[in-house]
Amino acid sequence: MTRRATELAVEARGLTLRFGDTLAVNNLDLAIPRRSIYGFLGPNGSGKSSSIRILTGLLKPSSGQAVVLGETLPGGEEKLRLRIGYMTQKFSLYDNLTVQENLDFVARIYGVPRTQAKQRREELISVYELSGQRRQLAGSMSGGQKQRLALAAATLHKPELLFLDEPTSAVDPENRREFWERLFDLCDSGTTILVSTHYMDEAERCHRLAILDQGVKRADGSPQALMNAMNAWVVEVAGDNLRELKAALGREPLVLSAAQIGARLRVLIYKQRGITEPLQWLQSRVGTRTLELARPSLEDVFVSCTGTHRVNAPHAEPSDVEPPHVE
Amino acid sequence: MWNRVWAIVVKELRQLSRDRMSFGLIVMIPLIQLTLFGYAINTDARLLPAGIVDMEQSSYSRALVQAVEASQVVRFTAQYASVIEAEAAITRGEVKAVLYLPSDMDGRLLRRRAAGENPALSEPLGQWLVDGSDTVVAGSIRGLRNMPLQEMLDQPFVASSPTLEVVQYFNPEQRTVVNIVPGLLGIILTMTMVLFTSAAIVREREQGNIEFLITTPVQPFELMLGKIVPYVLVGFVQIAIILGAGNLIFEVPVRGRLDYLAMAAMLFILASLSLGLVISTIAKTQLQAMQMTVFVLLPSILLSGFMFPFEAMPGPAQTIAEMLPATHFMRMARAIILRDADIFSLQYDALALLAITAVGLAIASSRFSKRLN
Repeated sequence: MTRRATELAVEARGLTLRFGDTLAVNNLDLAIPRRSIYGFLGPNGSGKSSSIRILTGLLKPSSGQAVVLGETLPGGEEKLRLRIGYMTQKFSLYDNLTVQENLDFVARIYGVPRTQAKQRREELISVYELSGQRRQLAGSMSGGQKQRLALAAATLHKPELLFLDEPTSAVDPENRREFWERLFDLCDSGTTILVSTHYMDEAERCHRLAILDQGVKRADGSPQALMNAMNAWVVEVAGDNLRELKAALGREPLVLSAAQIGARLRVLIYKQRGITEPLQWLQSRVGTRTLELARPSLEDVFVSCTGTHRVNAPHAEPSDVEPPHVE
Repeated sequence: MWNRVWAIVVKELRQLSRDRMSFGLIVMIPLIQLTLFGYAINTDARLLPAGIVDMEQSSYSRALVQAVEASQVVRFTAQYASVIEAEAAITRGEVKAVLYLPSDMDGRLLRRRAAGENPALSEPLGQWLVDGSDTVVAGSIRGLRNMPLQEMLDQPFVASSPTLEVVQYFNPEQRTVVNIVPGLLGIILTMTMVLFTSAAIVREREQGNIEFLITTPVQPFELMLGKIVPYVLVGFVQIAIILGAGNLIFEVPVRGRLDYLAMAAMLFILASLSLGLVISTIAKTQLQAMQMTVFVLLPSILLSGFMFPFEAMPGPAQTIAEMLPATHFMRMARAIILRDADIFSLQYDALALLAITAVGLAIASSRFSKRLN
């Protein structure tokens, strides 16, 4: 194994998963460095969960291979069990066991020795602020508490690699921020984390991320690099009758997307199609409304990569888009 | 390995103790079924409703009716003027049988007295009209064919000695319940054991726990074993309830050694549980698991020898019955409880139960894959 490969927690080549006629995961290549937080950003059904399930060994890929922590999948799943942690999208601990009982169960299943198990349990209960819920049935807890318990359970055996499948979907924004603080703590102590999400603000916190759409990886890189390398200008238009303007711009072949944000219309214009002065080009189409060039956001990147949110623009097929790959 | 099995066992017991409904069923199912079946299932019919058509109306005919009623097999609930009326009553289901005494009954009686007990010369005094569709009823009435007539005839009666004498071992009073209670062990355990375990894996799947469970190091076999052990305990609790209550309420004795019974029960419980696990890996929902349990339970009740003698069934039915754990346990339980049999004389059934367990566990473990696709 090369030096580069040992620095990667996950390296995948051509992972494909076929369910009948549909491709849930289509020829996915991945390189996830150790000690980083890597995000899968994509809408529902984009293949995020399926990819995670392949990498945890729960699903056997139809073709392709992945090397996870040095073990080759498919084939090496069982050797990985003690080294990876997995937090499922839906709460998958036992509703009719208490917090303490759930953690004790997980400790026994992972074969943590008795004395150590108790110590670890107390540690997790205090870190994840569950001491008040210690004897409460998991099923009766709030979304945030359940999520903290699930993270505690997934990290109890101190895995080197942690998979989190939409961990914050049932949690309010404040709990989400706290949750991410804990993820950075884990990452800081050496854990590699792979997290899937459909929230832009969450994706922006990742060290690197892959944008998935219909099972295909459209782009990957650090959020900043992805924004810098975006293949479209972002122009914000302020003025009257924005709904009307949005519909009109939607018919322009050079407009990738137009979306209203409050009192402004955020317009993405293709870079590679001969437009060098986007403001000039657009001004002639918006009349007296005011224009301003804006910094691309991750959402713009997402839109430019996936072609979703676009205003019925059949010309903006995702295949038109050169997938940026930024080191 | 054993700490993971233990983890599953502890978890199952905790979950079971929180599930009041299941917990209640463990105790209530045996008690209710025992009482119900113990009183209800009776193969010797008593006090069947019957009618009389007495064309003679003599002191003799009334004496005969009294003698019949004294047998307690029938109780006369109606008088009919003619055979036609009586037949209509049987058709309506008012009575199960009608005793018809012809108008020359006294004459027949006198001729019979003159002939002595020479069967060639004697003719019947009357006739039973029976609703023969229920064989148990018909059998009981057939037992009334030979009424001793000495009281009516005011003379010493020389009973003809039977060709063969019958000595009834183990259940001399011929109480059905004596045979039913040990059989009920098999039926109730089949029901609860298969039902509980068949839901076991399905429940993990339905509630989404399986996705977490299969990313842990737990192996399919460990999971299956851990799911079985708690219910072995449940099975023994139920056996204690059935035998204890059977002894208290119905005075059914336990003649054999309890350790032999425990060994037989252990084998049976394991076989039933592994059968349940197989169902659990096939069924997709708890409802399907339940339906498949009934599929096992019904033949266990009807073919295992619980209700009808195994030996009386045709070959193919016997073959099917041999594949059911209940059949083998039924034999062992009755042998040990009622006949004080030695467990070593029951090797065949013990081995059969072991074989069913091994095959069941192998199928269940191989069917349970640690993958989602």
